[in-house]
Amino acid sequence: MSESTNGKVSLATVWLDGCSGCHMSFLDMDERLLEIAEHVNLVYSPLVDVKEFPEMVDVTLIEGAVSSTDDLAKIQKVRAHTRLLVSLGDCAVTANVPAMRNPFGTEAVYHRAYFENAQLNQQIPNEIIPALLPESRPVHEIVHVDVFVPGCPPHRDAIHYVLTELVAGRTPQVEKYTRFGK
Amino acid sequence: MREKLAEIKAIEEDAKAQYTHTVNVCTAAGCLSSGAAQVKEALGKEVERSGLERWCQVKGVGCLGLCTAGPLVEVESQSAMYGHVTVEDTPAIVGGLNTKPVERLRVPTGTPFFLRQNRIVLENSGRIDPERIEEYIAAGGYSGLVTALTEMTPAQVIDEVTASGLRGRGGGGYPTGLKWTTVAKAPGPDKYVICNADEGDPGAFMDRSVLESDPHRVIEGMILAGYAVGASQGYVYVRAEYPLAIEHLKKAISQARRMGLLGRSVAETTFGFNIDIRLGAGAFVCGEETALIASIEGKRGQPRPRPPYPAEYGLWGKPTLINNVESFANIPPIIRNGGEWYASLGTEKSKGTKVFALAGAITNTGIIEVPMGTSLQEIVYEIGGGVPGGGRCKAVQTGGPSGGCIPDAYLDNPVDYDSLRSLGSIMGSGGMIVMDDSSCMVDVAKYFMEFCMTESCGKCVPCRVGTVQMYRLLDKISTGRATLEDLALLENLCDMVQNTSLCGLGQTAPNPVVSTLRYFRDEYIAHIEEKRCPAGVCKIHSSVAQTDSPSYAVAEVAQ
Amino acid sequence: MNRGQVRIVTLKIDGKDVGARENETILEVARENGFDIPTLCHMEGLSDIGACRLCLVEVKGSNKLLTACVTTVQEGMEVTTHSPRLDSYRRMTVEMLFSERNHVCAVCVSNGHCDLQNLAVDVGLTHITVPYLYPKVSIDASHERFVLDHNRCVLCTRCVRVCDEIEGAHTWDLMGRGVKTRVITDLAEAWGDSESCTSCGKCVQVCPTGALFEKGKSVAEMTKRRTFLPYLTSMRNGDE
Repeated sequence: MSESTNGKVSLATVWLDGCSGCHMSFLDMDERLLEIAEHVNLVYSPLVDVKEFPEMVDVTLIEGAVSSTDDLAKIQKVRAHTRLLVSLGDCAVTANVPAMRNPFGTEAVYHRAYFENAQLNQQIPNEIIPALLPESRPVHEIVHVDVFVPGCPPHRDAIHYVLTELVAGRTPQVEKYTRFGK
Repeated sequence: MREKLAEIKAIEEDAKAQYTHTVNVCTAAGCLSSGAAQVKEALGKEVERSGLERWCQVKGVGCLGLCTAGPLVEVESQSAMYGHVTVEDTPAIVGGLNTKPVERLRVPTGTPFFLRQNRIVLENSGRIDPERIEEYIAAGGYSGLVTALTEMTPAQVIDEVTASGLRGRGGGGYPTGLKWTTVAKAPGPDKYVICNADEGDPGAFMDRSVLESDPHRVIEGMILAGYAVGASQGYVYVRAEYPLAIEHLKKAISQARRMGLLGRSVAETTFGFNIDIRLGAGAFVCGEETALIASIEGKRGQPRPRPPYPAEYGLWGKPTLINNVESFANIPPIIRNGGEWYASLGTEKSKGTKVFALAGAITNTGIIEVPMGTSLQEIVYEIGGGVPGGGRCKAVQTGGPSGGCIPDAYLDNPVDYDSLRSLGSIMGSGGMIVMDDSSCMVDVAKYFMEFCMTESCGKCVPCRVGTVQMYRLLDKISTGRATLEDLALLENLCDMVQNTSLCGLGQTAPNPVVSTLRYFRDEYIAHIEEKRCPAGVCKIHSSVAQTDSPSYAVAEVAQ
Repeated sequence: MNRGQVRIVTLKIDGKDVGARENETILEVARENGFDIPTLCHMEGLSDIGACRLCLVEVKGSNKLLTACVTTVQEGMEVTTHSPRLDSYRRMTVEMLFSERNHVCAVCVSNGHCDLQNLAVDVGLTHITVPYLYPKVSIDASHERFVLDHNRCVLCTRCVRVCDEIEGAHTWDLMGRGVKTRVITDLAEAWGDSESCTSCGKCVQVCPTGALFEKGKSVAEMTKRRTFLPYLTSMRNGDE
């Protein structure tokens, strides 16, 4: 594992189409976060105030499926600037709940969200909110993924295990710690 | 019974001798579809109009072979075969009976297509009226059966079949004699004989042709099998899409019954045998023997794991002999002429002849029968007349969706079970599709995979889901959206589906992909890396070619 | 007791010598001796159909892989239950099952109590390499007590067999071909309208996933009780 400034591993976390539960589970490591912080620099994340994805990151955790044009652009940029990409949680690994819309098509989804369930201003937004892709897909169907951590969400112990293994330069064997669903 | 057959034969020959001319009109499905029925009717009227009915008979016969020139009409006395005959041509044909054949309609019969064939299964096809048992008897039919029942023990019948070296014509190539022995040795009073006429390979129509043209031959073969293995009930499982074959078969069975050749006492002996017809509802998988048995039993047509094989545990749990139409059709001549005679034909390991249905980019589309060991070269270029317009034969597809594509470089190989297998294809039931340079091999593989995907019964996971996944990958390749990783995944899936599927359908479903990858890998690569279809068949998305992105989603968004 | 004499044979499983009655299947003998072979369509007490292909094993001298659930043991047989090749095939088979329907574990009633989920763990599956098919399938909630959710069905036909072989109602069957195959009640009528269904619930209990479940169960609440099955069959066979 190549090391970034001050001898630490640079870590990014990215939030695509997911419920943020994986990030919550990450935070759930509580005091063990401090232990991890000794080895890791968190360089980009919804949890920190950095706007631009850095030039090169050692490890990036991806939460969420690839569902919108924005997600697609983001994941391709992240992949290009990341050494080790980790699909964190079922949405990233299987597309999970976001993919439940896939059999119905985007039309039906828009209609349900912006007409059936909207009292005012019934229209499909075409600005600010990125357009949906025809289907929500798992991250590895779009870009190469190096490590898979299933779970909804993955337990904090699983995340802790994966990070400590990666920091130590080992490939984590996650089967013992987590699985699809719970 | 022997005297009765001889008497019928004499009457038939006398009747025929009364006519100076016999005009044979092919009324098998191929010619019927191009208007043979109307031609036959018009010929009959024309003969009447010309006052020739005492000298000329117009007869419907089975398949004359050269389907591409249908409707076919043959005038025996003039050794003239006419092709593409229309109702308007009939006065000329009848008018020419006492003078000269009509040259403009003639199909040359001195060509390799007719001369290079060796017709054993098809010996009566196009010669006799398939709807009259008398004509089959006059051609020597049922004499083998009478001989076997009166002079041979069941074991001797099996010995002849074993000596003939006949192997299953349905595709597997299992030695027929061995199969019969196994069923004969199986204990128990109740056994069954099943004729598999669920011919389902795209481009294959051999069995249909045999059933339409000479149904009694199959019935005689089945009765002989029943006698040999100790069964008293037979079933013909024929697909409902073959209405004419079914009609001829039904008629033939009732004629044989009336003649005393089927029933409680076959040919006045103590041996009893009956045949019933069961119609398939159009599922390809019901050609698989265990699925076929389930279907006859009234269950969902799904295969089950073997062993136990049907020879031991078949229909209603009883020992059951299943052979295909062509296998049974070979039996009467084997019994009539002896197994040794049959074994003198063909190659060392593949004896006898094989019927093939030629289709695709070939001049002489139709049914042929050649000795085993004939080279593909000879079949395609000489008998088949080559690619229309003199083009190059790129590959020959044999064995239908379970087979593979053999490229032109290997066409000098002999056609037999083992050599086709070594080339990555199979004999199959005898469908032969010729492809020229206008065929894209990825597209061909995709076509067959789509067939297997829709025909998978859905019982086992690898075939049910694997064929869909493979089809989607082939579709991705053919539309220029695939990567080399997708190709690697496709090859993995091929291996997995071949080795883990429950029945032959799944185990062989990847064959068209594997064989085209073996010989035409460059075409796959061209689709993937250059986003180009060398044959110009596949439609590559222009957006894909421009953005050159491997991503699935990008391609979708770009639409 | 007037049973035919059953001979005892010896064979090797993964190199270990084991004894067995000649009418036992490889799967039975392997499990008796603590060898683990994954299965899905197999269910003790129901007939075996060899459909899921997970129990395929290598047998020395056979060029084909054999389904352990339907292959009976033979004297001198040498069986291999795990090899890199078998493990890879099994992983792909489970991947295909996940890709075929919409298995959204996170919101499934059987989450945590699911045979398919357990299989994924057994074969070491952390993600699916084949694309998901995302079919549009229906849910039948017309029965007053149970629900059929095609999104989770793996077509193992345990429901079909338990209904036919144990309950004797034959309410369940299959319709359609290939990937479009569906389990149906009666002649593809709504389950609630079924006249043959006795509402015994055996199908629900044997279902390996959340395809059949009891109404009122929420995420991860549906546990299946299957002990009735071996008990019932052994009673009927007059064992012990």
